Amino acid sequence: MLAFVLRRLGTAIPTLFVIATLSFVLLHAAPGGPFDSDKVLLPEIQASIEAAYHLDEPVLQQYARYLGQLARGDLGPSFQYRNTSVNELIAQGLPIDLAIGGLALGVALLVGLPLGAFAALKRGSAWDRLALGVSLLGISVPVYVIAPVLVLVFAVTLQWLPAGDWGDGAPRHLVLPVLSLAAPYTAIIARLFRASLAEVLDAPYIRTARAKGLSWSTVVLRHASRPALLPIVSYLGPAAVGVITGSIVIETVFSLPGIGRFFVAGAFNRDYTLVMGVTLLYGVLIVIANLLADLCYALLDPRIRIR
Amino acid sequence: MSWRDLPRGSTVLLAVIVLAALLVPLLSPYDYYTPSWDELDLGPALANGHVLGTDDLGRDLLVRLMWGCRISLLVALAASVTSLVIGVTWGVAAGYLGGRTDSVMMRIVDVLYSVPFIPFVIVLTVLFGRNIVLLFVAIGAVSWLDIARIVRGQTLSLKEREFVDAARIMGATAPAIMRRHLVPNLFGIVLAYLTLTIPTVILIEAFLSFLGLGAQAPLASLGSLIANGAAQMQSRPRLLICPAVLLALLVYCCNRIGDRLRDAVEGRAP
Repeated sequence: MLAFVLRRLGTAIPTLFVIATLSFVLLHAAPGGPFDSDKVLLPEIQASIEAAYHLDEPVLQQYARYLGQLARGDLGPSFQYRNTSVNELIAQGLPIDLAIGGLALGVALLVGLPLGAFAALKRGSAWDRLALGVSLLGISVPVYVIAPVLVLVFAVTLQWLPAGDWGDGAPRHLVLPVLSLAAPYTAIIARLFRASLAEVLDAPYIRTARAKGLSWSTVVLRHASRPALLPIVSYLGPAAVGVITGSIVIETVFSLPGIGRFFVAGAFNRDYTLVMGVTLLYGVLIVIANLLADLCYALLDPRIRIR
Repeated sequence: MSWRDLPRGSTVLLAVIVLAALLVPLLSPYDYYTPSWDELDLGPALANGHVLGTDDLGRDLLVRLMWGCRISLLVALAASVTSLVIGVTWGVAAGYLGGRTDSVMMRIVDVLYSVPFIPFVIVLTVLFGRNIVLLFVAIGAVSWLDIARIVRGQTLSLKEREFVDAARIMGATAPAIMRRHLVPNLFGIVLAYLTLTIPTVILIEAFLSFLGLGAQAPLASLGSLIANGAAQMQSRPRLLICPAVLLALLVYCCNRIGDRLRDAVEGRAP
């Protein structure tokens, strides 16, 4: 188990190296530098700013310097947020992303699984069609439409909840962002679980369990749901990735001070170090999410051995 | 695979949307960029020619929607075709050449798979920010991985078939076999995945434009129209609802068609 985790983390290193290199190359190929501005600076001042951030060195030397910093876990200073390092910006923003993303995945599972189970147990009924219809809506409407609509309904018209702002993480401020982010994943999880549970319920061993005289609820909970959960678990990796990137939109709509906003602002301002650092961070988060999903999969399915 | 495999409703709807996107801007007396200070914020009406009304700058909403559709479809096509060209070439080469070449090529695909896609696309916007079509060619250049995997799988089974042996015996070179014999046989599956790639790219474009990183004003895409509408949905919900519905319809139709084509190609009953 430990060896498996370590090896998986080991194979992540080349991936992260590729991400760092690609983003470094692309950002340095981009026209214009981070310190081009409308104000014309004195050439000496411009030169000394660039020297301070080592932008006057040959590109290869900058690349080597950057990789050296990365090896020490230092993502470098931000170009736009003066006197702040990218590490500090991430330390500020990451807890917000993790809170919203984690809660959204939790909500998606808590709502999506019962909804899917309900539809599977009532297969073919009007309830089933209703559940499928609602989830189809959740799938085909992207987050950047759901979020403004929820704000319009619950914050502007009904005035039940605040329309934005972090509010130091007060639950009232979390409801709308988490719901908007969770909606598409709730829908997908419900559909996946309906399909897999329906398939499992047709299996012969379920009939055997019923024939032994076990109650329907025991059969569904103990015998059917475990194998039916497998597709959900393998979807959790991609879902976590989607939640991470979806939070970029959520943060923009609800003006939350998470990493996504720094990232987009950095892309506007050519804040190279910030953009590279956040891209790497997303890479790391994705590696971790997929690893956790694989471990869960192995826990649920005894046929899978972790080596 | 034949015309009968297409889902009728979705195909007709998609054709109508595409035709409208092409024709409405040509036929309408209005354009998408000239503000009209006498006609700010009109409601939908047939009488004055603004079928869906005008936006906060007096521009005809229908024309802006259709221009948005054009941009979205254009960038989707640019990206999809780029990803197809790279993906098919890569997949056929890996599958046909096999052996060490194959494992190195697919190993590269595996590594690229774990690159975070959306953040990476945002990095690309820094590079291509000012030219949206080039931006999407670049997006196509990083989204060919699925196609490459599928094409490789198909090639592995195709290359065992007799006609490939026959071509080889007749002295055809490897590039000729790939180009003349393998690629044409992949047409069905490639077409199916093309129709599935297009809606994905439309959504990515809308995502970028929503963040302000895609189409630049006054040019509109469905994403920037949604962002614009979201900013003023309290006073003019129409400006949010129209582009959102159009986007959902467009994506839904493409997905339906792509799913059915894929089922038909893979020999599954719909």
